[in-house]
Amino acid sequence: MTFEPARRVRAVGPSGIRRFFEIAEERDDVISLGVGEPDFSTPWAARDAAIHSLERGRTSYTANRGMRQLREAISRYVADRFALEYGPGEQILVTAGASEAVDLAFRAFVDPGDTVAVAQPAYISYEPGVRFAGGEVLPVPTREAEEFRLTVAALEGAGAADAELLVLCYPNNPTGAVMERSDLEPIAEFAREHDLLVLADEIYAELTYEGEHASIAALEGMADRTIVVNGFSKSHAMTGLRLGYAMGPTDAIGAMNRIHQYTMLSAPTTAQHAALEALESCEPDVREMVDQYGRRRRFVLARFREIGMACFEAQGAFYVFPEVPDGWTSEAFAEELLREQGVAVVPGDVFGAGGEGHLRVSYATGLEDLREALARIETFISDHG
Amino acid sequence: MSQREVLELLRENARYSTADLARLTALEERKVEATIEELEASGVICGYQAVVDWDRLAEERVRAEVELNVTLDRETSYDDIAERLSRFPQVTALRLVSGDYDFDMEVEGDSMREVSQFISEKVAPVPEITQTVTHYVMTAYKENGIELGDGEDDDRLAYSP
Repeated sequence: MTFEPARRVRAVGPSGIRRFFEIAEERDDVISLGVGEPDFSTPWAARDAAIHSLERGRTSYTANRGMRQLREAISRYVADRFALEYGPGEQILVTAGASEAVDLAFRAFVDPGDTVAVAQPAYISYEPGVRFAGGEVLPVPTREAEEFRLTVAALEGAGAADAELLVLCYPNNPTGAVMERSDLEPIAEFAREHDLLVLADEIYAELTYEGEHASIAALEGMADRTIVVNGFSKSHAMTGLRLGYAMGPTDAIGAMNRIHQYTMLSAPTTAQHAALEALESCEPDVREMVDQYGRRRRFVLARFREIGMACFEAQGAFYVFPEVPDGWTSEAFAEELLREQGVAVVPGDVFGAGGEGHLRVSYATGLEDLREALARIETFISDHG
Repeated sequence: MSQREVLELLRENARYSTADLARLTALEERKVEATIEELEASGVICGYQAVVDWDRLAEERVRAEVELNVTLDRETSYDDIAERLSRFPQVTALRLVSGDYDFDMEVEGDSMREVSQFISEKVAPVPEITQTVTHYVMTAYKENGIELGDGEDDDRLAYSP
Protein backbone atom coordinates (compact mmCIF):
# COMPACT_ATOMS: atom_id res chain seq x y z
CA MET A 1 0.00 0.00 0.00
CA THR A 2 1.43 3.37 -0.93
CA PHE A 3 0.09 6.79 -0.24
CA GLU A 4 -0.68 8.52 -3.48
CA PRO A 5 -0.82 12.27 -2.87
CA ALA A 6 -3.89 14.07 -4.07
CA ARG A 7 -3.71 15.68 -7.53
CA ARG A 8 -3.40 19.19 -6.15
CA VAL A 9 -0.43 18.08 -4.03
CA ARG A 10 1.21 16.26 -6.94
CA ALA A 11 0.81 19.40 -9.01
CA VAL A 12 3.16 21.30 -6.70
CA GLY A 13 6.82 20.49 -7.20
CA PRO A 14 9.57 20.76 -4.60
CA SER A 15 10.92 24.21 -3.83
CA GLY A 16 13.39 25.64 -6.34
CA ILE A 17 15.96 26.20 -3.61
CA ARG A 18 15.91 22.65 -2.27
CA ARG A 19 18.94 21.53 -4.31
CA PHE A 20 20.97 24.44 -2.96
CA PHE A 21 20.57 23.18 0.61
CA GLU A 22 22.47 20.06 -0.31
CA ILE A 23 25.35 21.97 -1.88
CA ALA A 24 25.49 24.32 1.12
CA GLU A 25 25.69 21.37 3.49
CA GLU A 26 28.82 20.05 1.76
CA ARG A 27 31.01 22.84 3.11
CA ASP A 28 31.37 24.47 6.47
CA ASP A 29 32.45 27.99 5.48
CA VAL A 30 29.23 29.11 3.83
CA ILE A 31 28.07 32.64 4.49
CA SER A 32 24.36 32.64 3.91
CA LEU A 33 22.68 35.63 2.34
CA GLY A 34 19.82 33.31 1.45
CA VAL A 35 17.84 33.69 4.64
CA GLY A 36 14.51 35.42 4.92
CA GLU A 37 14.55 35.92 8.66
CA PRO A 38 16.10 38.43 11.03
CA ASP A 39 19.45 37.68 12.64
CA PHE A 40 18.35 39.55 15.76
CA SER A 41 16.87 37.85 18.79
CA THR A 42 13.28 38.50 19.79
CA PRO A 43 13.28 41.60 22.05
CA TRP A 44 13.87 40.51 25.60
CA ALA A 45 10.62 41.95 26.95
CA ALA A 46 8.63 39.79 24.51
CA ARG A 47 10.63 36.68 25.43
CA ASP A 48 10.13 37.46 29.09
CA ALA A 49 6.37 37.76 28.58
CA ALA A 50 6.36 34.35 26.90
CA ILE A 51 8.31 32.83 29.78
CA HIS A 52 6.07 34.49 32.35
CA SER A 53 2.97 33.15 30.60
CA LEU A 54 4.41 29.64 30.82
CA GLU A 55 5.31 30.05 34.47
CA ARG A 56 1.75 31.09 35.16
CA GLY A 57 0.52 28.00 33.36
CA ARG A 58 -1.22 29.94 30.61
CA THR A 59 -1.07 27.07 28.18
CA SER A 60 -4.68 26.50 27.25
CA TYR A 61 -6.38 27.44 23.98
CA THR A 62 -7.33 31.04 23.54
CA ALA A 63 -10.39 32.28 21.66
CA ASN A 64 -10.29 31.06 18.06
CA ARG A 65 -9.68 34.59 16.85
CA GLY A 66 -6.90 35.14 19.36
CA MET A 67 -6.71 36.76 22.78
CA ARG A 68 -9.02 39.75 22.95
CA GLN A 69 -6.29 41.90 24.51
CA LEU A 70 -3.94 41.08 21.65
CA ARG A 71 -6.55 41.88 19.02
CA GLU A 72 -7.21 45.20 20.74
CA ALA A 73 -3.48 45.95 20.75
CA ILE A 74 -3.22 45.02 17.05
CA SER A 75 -6.20 47.26 16.28
CA ARG A 76 -4.51 50.24 18.00
CA TYR A 77 -1.14 49.48 16.44
CA VAL A 78 -2.32 49.33 12.81
CA ALA A 79 -4.40 52.46 13.31
CA ASP A 80 -1.38 54.36 14.65
CA ARG A 81 1.21 53.03 12.22
CA PHE A 82 -0.67 52.44 8.97
CA ALA A 83 -3.97 54.33 9.24
CA LEU A 84 -5.93 51.06 9.12
CA GLU A 85 -9.22 50.81 11.01
CA TYR A 86 -10.16 47.30 12.10
CA GLY A 87 -12.35 46.40 15.04
CA PRO A 88 -10.83 43.87 17.44
CA GLY A 89 -14.12 41.97 17.74
CA GLU A 90 -14.71 40.52 14.29
CA GLN A 91 -12.24 42.07 11.88
CA ILE A 92 -8.97 40.69 13.18
CA LEU A 93 -7.89 37.06 13.24
CA VAL A 94 -4.69 35.99 15.00
CA THR A 95 -2.96 33.14 13.14
CA ALA A 96 0.02 30.83 13.42
CA GLY A 97 2.31 33.08 11.42
CA ALA A 98 1.39 35.28 8.48
CA SER A 99 1.77 32.12 6.37
CA GLU A 100 -1.33 30.62 7.93
CA ALA A 101 -3.23 33.84 7.26
CA VAL A 102 -2.23 33.73 3.58
CA ASP A 103 -3.24 30.09 3.33
CA LEU A 104 -6.59 30.77 4.99
CA ALA A 105 -7.28 33.59 2.55
CA PHE A 106 -6.63 31.29 -0.42
CA ARG A 107 -8.75 28.51 1.00
CA ALA A 108 -11.56 30.88 1.97
CA PHE A 109 -11.81 32.82 -1.29
CA VAL A 110 -10.42 30.64 -4.09
CA ASP A 111 -12.65 28.02 -5.68
CA PRO A 112 -11.27 25.27 -7.90
CA GLY A 113 -10.50 26.80 -11.27
CA ASP A 114 -10.38 30.37 -9.97
CA THR A 115 -7.56 32.61 -11.08
CA VAL A 116 -5.37 34.47 -8.62
CA ALA A 117 -3.28 37.32 -10.01
CA VAL A 118 0.09 37.55 -8.27
CA ALA A 119 2.47 40.45 -8.73
CA GLN A 120 5.81 38.78 -9.49
CA PRO A 121 8.63 38.27 -8.57
CA ALA A 122 6.85 37.03 -5.46
CA TYR A 123 7.29 35.14 -2.22
CA ILE A 124 7.63 31.49 -3.23
CA SER A 125 4.72 30.15 -1.17
CA TYR A 126 1.91 32.02 -2.92
CA GLU A 127 1.76 29.76 -5.96
CA PRO A 128 1.69 26.46 -4.02
CA GLY A 129 -0.88 27.99 -1.66
CA VAL A 130 -3.17 28.90 -4.54
CA ARG A 131 -2.76 25.44 -6.04
CA PHE A 132 -3.49 23.67 -2.78
CA ALA A 133 -6.73 25.63 -2.78
CA GLY A 134 -7.45 24.40 -6.33
CA GLY A 135 -6.81 27.70 -8.07
CA GLU A 136 -4.41 28.83 -10.76
CA VAL A 137 -1.86 31.60 -10.52
CA LEU A 138 -1.88 34.34 -13.11
CA PRO A 139 1.58 35.92 -13.01
CA VAL A 140 1.60 39.69 -13.32
CA PRO A 141 5.19 40.69 -13.98
CA THR A 142 6.77 43.79 -12.53
CA ARG A 143 9.84 45.28 -14.14
CA GLU A 144 13.07 46.67 -12.83
CA ALA A 145 12.65 49.72 -15.07
CA GLU A 146 9.58 50.51 -12.96
CA GLU A 147 11.38 49.69 -9.71
CA PHE A 148 9.43 46.44 -9.49
CA ARG A 149 6.23 48.33 -8.72
CA LEU A 150 2.98 46.90 -10.01
CA THR A 151 1.30 48.93 -12.74
CA VAL A 152 -2.18 48.92 -14.25
CA ALA A 153 -0.59 48.28 -17.65
CA ALA A 154 0.92 45.06 -16.28
CA LEU A 155 -2.44 44.03 -14.80
CA GLU A 156 -4.19 44.69 -18.08
CA GLY A 157 -1.45 42.98 -20.09
CA ALA A 158 -1.73 39.85 -17.96
CA GLY A 159 -5.51 39.76 -18.16
CA ALA A 160 -5.93 40.28 -14.42
CA ALA A 161 -9.33 41.91 -14.86
CA ASP A 162 -10.89 38.45 -14.88
CA ALA A 163 -9.08 37.17 -11.79
CA GLU A 164 -10.86 36.59 -8.49
CA LEU A 165 -8.08 37.77 -6.25
CA LEU A 166 -4.98 39.94 -6.56
CA VAL A 167 -2.00 39.25 -4.31
CA LEU A 168 0.29 42.14 -3.43
CA CYS A 169 3.36 41.93 -1.24
CA TYR A 170 4.95 45.31 -0.54
CA PRO A 171 7.60 45.89 0.74
CA ASN A 172 8.42 43.01 -1.51
CA ASN A 173 10.14 39.71 -1.00
CA PRO A 174 12.37 39.22 -3.05
CA THR A 175 13.00 42.59 -4.69
CA GLY A 176 12.84 44.97 -1.73
CA ALA A 177 10.50 47.18 -3.78
CA VAL A 178 7.89 49.35 -2.09
CA MET A 179 4.65 50.84 -3.42
CA GLU A 180 3.89 54.39 -2.43
CA ARG A 181 0.38 55.69 -2.03
CA SER A 182 0.47 57.25 -5.49
CA ASP A 183 1.49 53.87 -6.98
CA LEU A 184 -1.35 52.12 -5.17
CA GLU A 185 -4.13 54.54 -6.18
CA PRO A 186 -4.46 53.30 -9.80
CA ILE A 187 -4.17 49.66 -8.64
CA ALA A 188 -7.03 50.26 -6.21
CA GLU A 189 -9.08 51.85 -8.96
CA PHE A 190 -8.44 48.81 -11.18
CA ALA A 191 -9.49 46.48 -8.35
CA ARG A 192 -12.73 48.42 -7.77
CA GLU A 193 -13.51 48.64 -11.45
CA HIS A 194 -13.06 44.90 -12.02
CA ASP A 195 -14.43 43.80 -8.68
CA LEU A 196 -11.15 42.19 -7.61
CA LEU A 197 -10.51 41.09 -4.06
CA VAL A 198 -7.03 41.98 -2.80
CA LEU A 199 -4.74 40.07 -0.49
CA ALA A 200 -2.16 42.54 0.79
CA ASP A 201 0.74 40.76 2.46
CA GLU A 202 2.35 43.51 4.51
CA ILE A 203 4.65 41.42 6.66
CA TYR A 204 7.58 43.74 5.83
CA ALA A 205 5.64 46.96 6.48
CA GLU A 206 7.87 48.05 9.38
CA LEU A 207 10.95 47.56 7.21
CA THR A 208 10.38 50.62 5.05
CA TYR A 209 13.46 52.80 4.99
CA GLU A 210 12.45 55.93 3.15
CA GLY A 211 9.04 57.41 3.80
CA GLU A 212 6.12 55.63 5.40
CA HIS A 213 4.56 52.32 4.50
CA ALA A 214 1.31 52.75 2.55
CA SER A 215 -1.39 50.10 2.72
CA ILE A 216 -3.80 49.65 -0.17
CA ALA A 217 -6.52 48.89 2.38
CA ALA A 218 -6.29 52.46 3.65
CA LEU A 219 -7.34 53.84 0.25
CA GLU A 220 -10.91 54.86 -0.41
CA GLY A 221 -13.27 51.98 -1.03
CA MET A 222 -10.58 49.33 -0.50
CA ALA A 223 -11.15 48.26 3.12
CA ASP A 224 -14.20 46.23 2.13
CA ARG A 225 -12.40 44.30 -0.62
CA THR A 226 -8.98 43.77 0.98
CA ILE A 227 -7.52 41.25 3.38
CA VAL A 228 -4.39 42.63 5.03
CA VAL A 229 -1.91 40.13 6.40
CA ASN A 230 0.82 41.04 8.84
CA GLY A 231 2.73 39.43 11.68
CA PHE A 232 5.58 39.62 14.13
CA SER A 233 8.23 37.52 12.38
CA LYS A 234 10.08 40.24 10.51
CA SER A 235 9.31 43.36 12.53
CA HIS A 236 9.93 41.82 15.95
CA ALA A 237 12.34 39.02 15.00
CA MET A 238 9.81 36.39 16.10
CA THR A 239 9.94 33.93 13.18
CA GLY A 240 10.01 30.82 15.34
CA LEU A 241 7.15 31.97 17.53
CA ARG A 242 4.83 31.74 14.52
CA LEU A 243 2.46 34.60 15.08
CA GLY A 244 0.63 36.58 12.42
CA TYR A 245 -2.76 38.10 11.82
CA ALA A 246 -5.29 38.84 9.12
CA MET A 247 -7.53 41.90 9.00
CA GLY A 248 -10.50 42.54 6.79
CA PRO A 249 -14.26 42.98 6.55
CA THR A 250 -16.29 41.08 9.17
CA ASP A 251 -17.65 38.52 6.68
CA ALA A 252 -14.25 37.80 5.17
CA ILE A 253 -12.51 37.33 8.49
CA GLY A 254 -15.45 35.21 9.58
CA ALA A 255 -14.95 32.92 6.58
CA MET A 256 -11.23 32.57 7.31
CA ASN A 257 -11.96 31.93 10.95
CA ARG A 258 -14.31 29.11 9.96
CA ILE A 259 -11.33 27.22 8.51
CA HIS A 260 -8.97 28.34 11.26
CA GLN A 261 -11.27 27.11 14.06
CA TYR A 262 -11.40 23.61 12.59
CA THR A 263 -7.74 23.32 11.72
CA MET A 264 -5.58 25.47 13.99
CA LEU A 265 -8.21 26.19 16.67
CA SER A 266 -6.13 29.06 17.93
CA ALA A 267 -2.64 30.45 17.48
CA PRO A 268 -0.04 29.37 20.06
CA THR A 269 -0.91 30.94 23.39
CA THR A 270 2.68 31.54 24.51
CA ALA A 271 3.42 33.38 21.29
CA GLN A 272 0.32 35.52 21.74
CA HIS A 273 1.57 36.70 25.12
CA ALA A 274 4.93 37.51 23.56
CA ALA A 275 3.22 39.41 20.75
CA LEU A 276 1.09 41.45 23.14
CA GLU A 277 4.21 42.55 24.99
CA ALA A 278 5.98 43.21 21.67
CA LEU A 279 3.25 45.67 20.69
CA GLU A 280 3.06 47.27 24.11
CA SER A 281 6.71 47.85 24.85
CA CYS A 282 9.10 46.84 22.07
CA GLU A 283 8.81 49.82 19.72
CA PRO A 284 12.38 50.98 20.58
CA ASP A 285 13.72 47.49 19.74
CA VAL A 286 11.96 47.62 16.38
CA ARG A 287 13.42 51.06 15.61
CA GLU A 288 16.90 49.84 16.55
CA MET A 289 16.61 46.80 14.26
CA VAL A 290 15.25 48.91 11.40
CA ASP A 291 18.18 51.34 11.83
CA GLN A 292 20.63 48.46 11.62
CA TYR A 293 18.96 47.02 8.52
CA GLY A 294 18.97 50.50 7.00
CA ARG A 295 22.75 50.77 7.39
CA ARG A 296 23.32 47.32 6.00
CA ARG A 297 21.09 48.12 3.04
CA ARG A 298 23.20 51.17 2.21
CA PHE A 299 26.37 49.15 2.62
CA VAL A 300 25.22 46.29 0.40
CA LEU A 301 23.87 48.59 -2.32
CA ALA A 302 27.12 50.56 -2.33
CA ARG A 303 29.22 47.40 -2.58
CA PHE A 304 27.19 45.99 -5.47
CA ARG A 305 27.65 49.27 -7.31
CA GLU A 306 31.42 49.11 -6.70
CA ILE A 307 31.58 45.49 -7.82
CA GLY A 308 29.81 46.50 -10.99
CA MET A 309 26.62 44.49 -10.51
CA ALA A 310 23.58 46.57 -11.36
CA CYS A 311 21.10 46.77 -8.51
CA PHE A 312 18.10 49.02 -8.20
CA GLU A 313 17.71 50.86 -4.92
CA ALA A 314 15.52 48.55 -2.85
CA GLN A 315 13.64 50.58 -0.22
CA GLY A 316 12.04 47.93 1.91
CA ALA A 317 12.20 44.44 3.45
CA PHE A 318 15.76 43.16 3.95
CA TYR A 319 16.60 42.11 0.42
CA VAL A 320 18.35 43.55 -2.58
CA PHE A 321 17.87 42.09 -6.04
CA PRO A 322 21.02 42.59 -8.11
CA GLU A 323 21.31 41.54 -11.73
CA VAL A 324 23.64 38.69 -12.65
CA PRO A 325 26.27 39.63 -15.25
CA ASP A 326 25.65 38.91 -18.93
CA GLY A 327 26.12 35.32 -19.93
CA TRP A 328 24.83 33.87 -16.68
CA THR A 329 21.46 32.50 -15.69
CA SER A 330 20.39 33.21 -12.12
CA GLU A 331 20.60 29.56 -11.22
CA ALA A 332 24.05 28.98 -12.72
CA PHE A 333 25.45 32.10 -11.08
CA ALA A 334 24.01 31.23 -7.65
CA GLU A 335 25.22 27.66 -7.88
CA GLU A 336 28.77 28.51 -8.99
CA LEU A 337 29.01 31.28 -6.40
CA LEU A 338 28.04 28.81 -3.73
CA ARG A 339 30.46 26.14 -4.96
CA GLU A 340 33.43 28.41 -5.55
CA GLN A 341 33.10 31.06 -2.86
CA GLY A 342 30.72 29.58 -0.32
CA VAL A 343 28.25 32.45 -0.55
CA ALA A 344 24.60 31.40 -0.52
CA VAL A 345 22.15 33.59 -2.41
CA VAL A 346 18.81 32.68 -3.95
CA PRO A 347 18.43 32.66 -7.74
CA GLY A 348 15.75 35.11 -8.81
CA ASP A 349 13.92 32.73 -11.11
CA VAL A 350 12.44 30.78 -8.18
CA PHE A 351 10.30 33.84 -7.45
CA GLY A 352 8.52 33.61 -10.78
CA ALA A 353 8.15 35.83 -13.81
CA GLY A 354 10.66 38.66 -13.97
CA GLY A 355 12.99 37.06 -11.44
CA GLU A 356 15.32 35.46 -13.99
CA GLY A 357 18.55 37.39 -14.32
CA HIS A 358 18.54 38.42 -10.68
CA LEU A 359 19.63 37.17 -7.27
CA ARG A 360 17.87 37.64 -3.97
CA VAL A 361 20.45 38.79 -1.45
CA SER A 362 19.34 39.09 2.14
CA TYR A 363 21.08 41.51 4.45
CA ALA A 364 19.52 40.01 7.58
CA THR A 365 23.04 38.97 8.48
CA GLY A 366 25.74 40.67 10.57
CA LEU A 367 27.88 43.32 8.97
CA GLU A 368 31.12 41.37 9.31
CA ASP A 369 29.60 38.51 7.31
CA LEU A 370 28.17 40.92 4.77
CA ARG A 371 31.60 42.49 4.25
CA GLU A 372 33.20 39.10 3.77
CA ALA A 373 30.42 37.83 1.50
CA LEU A 374 30.59 40.89 -0.73
CA ALA A 375 34.38 40.56 -0.92
CA ARG A 376 33.93 36.96 -2.05
CA ILE A 377 31.34 38.01 -4.65
CA GLU A 378 33.83 40.60 -5.90
CA THR A 379 36.49 37.90 -6.23
CA PHE A 380 34.00 35.65 -8.03
CA ILE A 381 33.15 38.39 -10.51
CA SER A 382 36.80 39.16 -11.18
CA ASP A 383 37.65 35.45 -11.55
CA HIS A 384 34.97 35.16 -14.20
CA GLY A 385 35.56 38.56 -15.79
CA MET B 1 23.47 63.84 13.09
CA SER B 2 26.25 62.35 10.97
CA GLN B 3 28.67 62.83 13.89
CA ARG B 4 26.45 60.72 16.11
CA GLU B 5 26.09 58.03 13.46
CA VAL B 6 29.83 57.88 12.79
CA LEU B 7 30.48 57.66 16.55
CA GLU B 8 28.00 54.82 16.96
CA LEU B 9 29.63 52.89 14.15
CA LEU B 10 33.15 53.44 15.48
CA ARG B 11 31.98 52.30 18.92
CA GLU B 12 30.66 49.18 17.21
CA ASN B 13 33.95 48.61 15.40
CA ALA B 14 36.78 51.15 15.45
CA ARG B 15 38.44 49.33 12.58
CA TYR B 16 35.76 50.13 10.02
CA SER B 17 37.57 51.73 7.12
CA THR B 18 36.45 55.18 6.04
CA ALA B 19 35.17 53.48 2.86
CA ASP B 20 32.98 51.17 4.96
CA LEU B 21 31.77 54.07 7.08
CA ALA B 22 30.90 55.98 3.92
CA ARG B 23 28.92 53.03 2.57
CA LEU B 24 27.11 52.56 5.88
CA THR B 25 26.15 56.19 6.28
CA ALA B 26 25.75 57.10 2.61
CA LEU B 27 28.15 60.01 3.21
CA GLU B 28 31.09 60.92 0.98
CA GLU B 29 34.35 59.38 2.15
CA ARG B 30 35.86 62.84 2.49
CA LYS B 31 32.99 63.89 4.72
CA VAL B 32 33.54 60.82 6.91
CA GLU B 33 37.25 61.59 7.21
CA ALA B 34 36.51 65.19 8.10
CA THR B 35 33.96 64.14 10.71
CA ILE B 36 36.43 61.77 12.37
CA GLU B 37 39.17 64.39 12.36
CA GLU B 38 36.78 66.87 13.94
CA LEU B 39 35.75 64.38 16.62
CA GLU B 40 39.38 63.57 17.38
CA ALA B 41 40.48 67.20 17.44
CA SER B 42 37.68 68.21 19.79
CA GLY B 43 38.52 65.35 22.12
CA VAL B 44 35.18 63.58 21.72
CA ILE B 45 37.13 60.59 20.43
CA CYS B 46 39.94 60.18 22.97
CA GLY B 47 41.53 57.03 21.57
CA TYR B 48 40.99 53.64 19.99
CA GLN B 49 41.56 50.38 21.83
CA ALA B 50 41.01 46.68 21.37
CA VAL B 51 38.38 44.98 23.51
CA VAL B 52 40.21 42.02 25.03
CA ASP B 53 38.91 38.80 26.48
CA TRP B 54 41.77 38.13 28.91
CA ASP B 55 40.34 34.76 29.85
CA ARG B 56 41.36 33.47 26.44
CA LEU B 57 44.98 34.45 26.90
CA ALA B 58 47.38 31.92 28.42
CA GLU B 59 49.14 34.54 30.56
CA GLU B 60 47.54 35.70 33.75
CA ARG B 61 45.95 39.12 33.85
CA VAL B 62 44.34 40.28 37.05
CA ARG B 63 41.77 42.99 37.24
CA ALA B 64 40.03 44.54 40.20
CA GLU B 65 37.25 47.01 40.81
CA VAL B 66 38.11 49.18 43.78
CA GLU B 67 35.64 51.27 45.73
CA LEU B 68 37.28 54.31 47.28
CA ASN B 69 35.97 56.62 49.97
CA VAL B 70 37.67 59.95 50.47
CA THR B 71 37.52 62.88 52.83
CA LEU B 72 37.92 66.31 51.34
CA ASP B 73 39.44 69.34 53.01
CA ARG B 74 39.55 72.97 51.96
CA GLU B 75 42.71 72.45 49.97
CA THR B 76 41.77 69.21 48.20
CA SER B 77 39.00 68.52 45.67
CA TYR B 78 37.79 65.34 44.03
CA ASP B 79 39.63 66.47 40.91
CA ASP B 80 42.91 66.70 42.81
CA ILE B 81 42.57 63.14 44.09
CA ALA B 82 41.52 61.90 40.68
CA GLU B 83 44.50 63.54 39.05
CA ARG B 84 46.86 61.86 41.47
CA LEU B 85 45.32 58.41 41.05
CA SER B 86 44.99 58.65 37.28
CA ARG B 87 48.76 58.98 36.91
CA PHE B 88 49.31 55.38 38.05
CA PRO B 89 49.57 53.15 34.98
CA GLN B 90 47.87 50.34 36.91
CA VAL B 91 44.66 52.40 37.00
CA THR B 92 42.72 51.72 33.78
CA ALA B 93 39.52 53.56 34.69
CA LEU B 94 38.51 56.02 37.34
CA ARG B 95 35.08 57.51 37.87
CA LEU B 96 33.48 59.68 40.53
CA VAL B 97 30.17 58.04 41.35
CA SER B 98 27.11 58.67 43.46
CA GLY B 99 26.08 56.27 46.20
CA ASP B 100 27.86 54.51 49.02
CA TYR B 101 31.38 55.35 47.92
CA ASP B 102 33.09 58.14 46.03
CA PHE B 103 35.36 56.71 43.36
CA ASP B 104 35.03 53.62 41.24
CA MET B 105 38.52 52.59 40.15
CA GLU B 106 39.59 49.79 37.82
CA VAL B 107 43.05 48.35 38.32
CA GLU B 108 45.04 45.87 36.24
CA GLY B 109 48.16 43.88 37.03
CA ASP B 110 49.97 40.67 36.18
CA SER B 111 49.17 38.98 39.47
CA MET B 112 46.96 39.31 42.54
CA ARG B 113 50.06 40.08 44.56
CA GLU B 114 50.92 42.98 42.26
CA VAL B 115 47.41 44.41 42.40
CA SER B 116 47.19 44.00 46.19
CA GLN B 117 50.55 45.62 46.67
CA PHE B 118 49.60 48.52 44.46
CA ILE B 119 46.42 49.16 46.43
CA SER B 120 48.02 48.82 49.85
CA GLU B 121 51.22 50.66 49.06
CA LYS B 122 50.18 53.31 46.57
CA VAL B 123 46.47 53.92 46.93
CA ALA B 124 45.63 53.38 50.59
CA PRO B 125 48.37 55.74 51.84
CA VAL B 126 46.94 58.71 49.93
CA PRO B 127 45.97 60.93 52.89
CA GLU B 128 42.43 61.76 51.69
CA ILE B 129 41.51 58.13 51.08
CA THR B 130 39.66 56.77 54.10
CA GLN B 131 38.63 53.35 52.82
CA THR B 132 39.26 50.94 49.97
CA VAL B 133 37.16 47.90 49.10
CA THR B 134 38.69 45.68 46.43
CA HIS B 135 36.67 43.32 44.23
CA TYR B 136 38.75 41.03 42.05
CA VAL B 137 37.22 40.28 38.66
CA MET B 138 36.58 36.56 38.41
CA THR B 139 35.10 36.30 34.94
CA ALA B 140 34.20 38.98 32.40
CA TYR B 141 31.08 38.44 30.33
CA LYS B 142 30.78 41.75 28.54
CA GLU B 143 33.25 44.59 27.90
CA ASN B 144 32.55 47.88 26.15
CA GLY B 145 29.23 46.62 24.89
CA ILE B 146 30.76 43.48 23.41
CA GLU B 147 29.77 40.08 24.74
CA LEU B 148 32.80 37.92 25.46
CA GLY B 149 33.11 34.16 25.15
CA ASP B 150 31.98 31.93 22.32
CA GLY B 151 29.84 33.72 19.77
CA GLU B 152 26.59 31.95 19.09
CA ASP B 153 26.58 30.17 15.76
CA ASP B 154 24.04 31.24 13.20
CA ASP B 155 21.75 28.22 13.30
CA ARG B 156 19.27 29.56 10.81
CA LEU B 157 18.68 27.61 7.62
CA ALA B 158 21.10 28.57 4.85
CA TYR B 159 18.06 29.22 2.67
CA SER B 160 14.56 30.23 3.67
CA PRO B 161 11.64 31.69 1.70
